[in-house]
Amino acid sequence: MDLLRFATAGSVDDGKSTLIGRLLYDSKAIFEDQLEAVEQTSRAKGYDYTNLALLTDGLRAEREQGITIDVAYRYFATPKRKFIIADTPGHIQYTRNMVTGASNVDLALILVDARNGIVEQTRRHAFLVSLLRVPHLVLCVNKMDLVGYDQVVFDKIKQEFLGFATKLTIPDLEVIPISALEGDNVVQRSTNMPWYDGPSLLHHLENVHIASDRNLVDVRLPVQYVIRPQSNEFHDYRGYAGQMVGGVLKPGDEIMVLPSGMTSHVSHIETADGPVEEAFPPMSVTVRLTDDIDVSRGDMICRPHNAPRSAQDIDAMVCWMVDEPLRPGQRILVKHTTRWAKAIVKRLHYQLDVNTLHRNMSAEELKLNEIGRVSLRIAQPLFVDEYARNRLTGGFIIVDEATNVTVGAAMVVDAS
Amino acid sequence: MPVDYRLSNLRALEAESIHIIREVAAEFERPALLFSGGKDSCVMLRLAEKAFWPARIPFAVLHIDTGHNFPEVLEFRDRRVKELGLRLVVGSVQEAIDAGRIRERPGQSRNRLQTQVLLETVEKHGFDALLGGARRDEEKARAKERVFSFRDEFGQWDPKNQRPELWNIYNGRIHPGESIRAFPLSNWTELDVWQYIAEDGLEIPSIYFAHQRNVFYRDGMLLAESDVLPRREGEEVFSATVRYRTVGDISCTGAVLSTASTVEEIIAEVATSRVTERGATRADDRFSEAAMEDRKREGYF
Repeated sequence: MDLLRFATAGSVDDGKSTLIGRLLYDSKAIFEDQLEAVEQTSRAKGYDYTNLALLTDGLRAEREQGITIDVAYRYFATPKRKFIIADTPGHIQYTRNMVTGASNVDLALILVDARNGIVEQTRRHAFLVSLLRVPHLVLCVNKMDLVGYDQVVFDKIKQEFLGFATKLTIPDLEVIPISALEGDNVVQRSTNMPWYDGPSLLHHLENVHIASDRNLVDVRLPVQYVIRPQSNEFHDYRGYAGQMVGGVLKPGDEIMVLPSGMTSHVSHIETADGPVEEAFPPMSVTVRLTDDIDVSRGDMICRPHNAPRSAQDIDAMVCWMVDEPLRPGQRILVKHTTRWAKAIVKRLHYQLDVNTLHRNMSAEELKLNEIGRVSLRIAQPLFVDEYARNRLTGGFIIVDEATNVTVGAAMVVDAS
Repeated sequence: MPVDYRLSNLRALEAESIHIIREVAAEFERPALLFSGGKDSCVMLRLAEKAFWPARIPFAVLHIDTGHNFPEVLEFRDRRVKELGLRLVVGSVQEAIDAGRIRERPGQSRNRLQTQVLLETVEKHGFDALLGGARRDEEKARAKERVFSFRDEFGQWDPKNQRPELWNIYNGRIHPGESIRAFPLSNWTELDVWQYIAEDGLEIPSIYFAHQRNVFYRDGMLLAESDVLPRREGEEVFSATVRYRTVGDISCTGAVLSTASTVEEIIAEVATSRVTERGATRADDRFSEAAMEDRKREGYF
């Protein structure tokens, strides 16, 4: 059984919570005590049906204000796969939450209401999915029951979305007509839409091919921790621990360590459970080298002829996440893989309108939930790839030096 | 090694957890691992062992002892800590009560009292990060908590003001007095934990397996007969074959009727269970819809 992480986007009105509630309910991931609580609340609120949407309501602050303030994580499993859902709210701070929720998912699920079709929010969600390089997108056209399960309605929405999607980077797209409330095409293929010959949503989630999504070409191992037991048994042991974020590494391989540029060979790759023949993402391993060279946390192990860019000048798409705007001249901290560095904002090239994809070249600052292209000068080199090539060596976070708060997410476009 | 370079669900979760534990060890001056003797903290201890192997775990183990623990669990704790050569720090609720620093309210469990003792112990030892075994599937407040959960100088969690968490990058920067609670098992479910215990052959305290015990019913929960838990009128003790799904304070942790005596039998039971583990067995989470949220805001685990 493998693991699929997916993010859901859409507002409450699109039936997102109902859909998640149904996936959890039909896969038996909802327990009786949770269901009882929801039934009680439904009655207390005067609904004449059990509102499955209440299952995904979290905190008291949210229940009292009837809003969702943050990304919530849900879990369910079928015999084929385990699923982690990053459920991102639709209205406030949408961009910030969706960027957070979608940064490490395999698939994004966007809902539209069949009665309304593609709306501004749909385009915004799809753009963010593309910006974050989520490899798979599913557009669920929901509430098909309310349009008489009409194929014409579905085809029109599908065509319109496909047209818009050509401007984006979406490697894999599936469009599915569903009714979350009635359960059509959620778990079982619906008999109400004989004209639809694609998979049900759950079938698609269970079978979508994700093994090829990782970068297994460029060896990248950010050193997290140097393991030195200093015990009699392991007197001279020196191991470099970290999580593989790219490529396949084997004992005997020649490697290069950045920033020193020193080369050596892998003598052992190991875990507490024994030696590893091949290390690949997302394995956490410990690597030993044939030579005693200086390696510390924040260094990057790669191959001599396939190294990331060692860069102090980086152009990145930045999503800004706090009220105080980002401005040129500002001093910031960045964390990239396991490396912290100081940086300064050199230039804001443009602010991107996520609804129209229009570039506002005259923008002087980046406000909360805005996205723009920014040039940064970093105090020490970072070892980066383009975000499009590797999400984990191309993405980094921006942290406020004074408050220590994470204020931005950055995706490398270009570096030198 | 599979040719398609895929990890199973459990090995992917394990890799993520080890990454998180190493980040904590690397970014903080004085981290500690919260250990209760429960199954989740057994998994945590094993993951920490794996993260630094063949070196020792480079931080202390911290237990907040309510004074109402199951003796089987304390015995287990002491043995594991000794086997791994770790430093054990115990924050004692009983000591705090005896010294008059906190007051016990009659008829209430000591669960809530743990928070103050935890905060005192953290301050005394200068811990700046605590690794905990909490999972997001346990409870709805936890479903919204970050892997690196920022706490202010009073140990408080502010759900509306959490740091965005992207990719596999965790921001552990804090000012003096502030701290981080890190939850490497965030993405594990109860079933994942049990399957991992089975696959890796982990040892867990005996009370997780079916045994004969004197119990009585209170508010629909099966509580153990114990000196620390005076019975109320009409509560009759009987002997039953039970096991525990969670391990906590004797006074508020309920048993379930079960004959599961092996990890495999427990997995079969969990896979078909229709009640959450906290709903079934934790009185502390049942007194209000927002019980956990409130305790976390106060600085609870």
